[in-house]
Amino acid sequence: MAVSVQAKPFDVAAEIAAVTKAAGDAGAVVSFTGIVRRGAEGVETLTLEHFPGMTERKLEEIESEAHARWPLLASKIVHRVGALCPGESIVLVITASAHRHAAFEAAMFLMDYLKTRAPFWKSERTVKSEHWVEARGSDDEAAARWSAEG
Amino acid sequence: MMRMRVRYFAWVRERIGVGTEEVELPDHVGTVEELIAWLRNRGARYDRAFDDPAAIRIAIDQEMAEPSASIRNATEVAFFPPMTGG
Repeated sequence: MAVSVQAKPFDVAAEIAAVTKAAGDAGAVVSFTGIVRRGAEGVETLTLEHFPGMTERKLEEIESEAHARWPLLASKIVHRVGALCPGESIVLVITASAHRHAAFEAAMFLMDYLKTRAPFWKSERTVKSEHWVEARGSDDEAAARWSAEG
Repeated sequence: MMRMRVRYFAWVRERIGVGTEEVELPDHVGTVEELIAWLRNRGARYDRAFDDPAAIRIAIDQEMAEPSASIRNATEVAFFPPMTGG
């Protein structure tokens, strides 16, 4: 288990290799990479603010929760902060397990939870304006379904 | 009097104009709600930052908390909008 909150880019292949090695006898390794989109609004820069200290603790809590729910052998969460451009990677979640279902489900759970429970805030600068991204109800619903199923 | 650190993030920080401050609270301020009311009396910037209480999330010593929570033993209270990570 490991989390990293960092300004610098991450190397997806190296991170996957490290988790696979740490997992030992994993039969399934799932990774999700979130990427900044230009979108219809024409985003030029996405800036991420966070709450240093609380962010790392919340990510560790979410990761521990995933390990309590699924038989994971290893995992990693990397989240970037600071100013990012379209096309840049923003978040990486990796899960390793003996079988695929646990790895897939745990990766979805980690993403759904970190979107609504880790103290990050996005500010979007477009050609026209700069504004704080509003929380989406669909993200809350995605996180809530894990409580309903659990 | 109770001394406490108050932190603001994202648009709450922008509206107030500062990210962190130390405050001396009078004894009657014992909950988050009472802290918000006390802060709103400090000036227009604070009043505007807290004008929609439903839009504000709260952390006491880095743990999420409700407006009714006590701050008597807290060293830090943070205010911020709903989180938008990922």
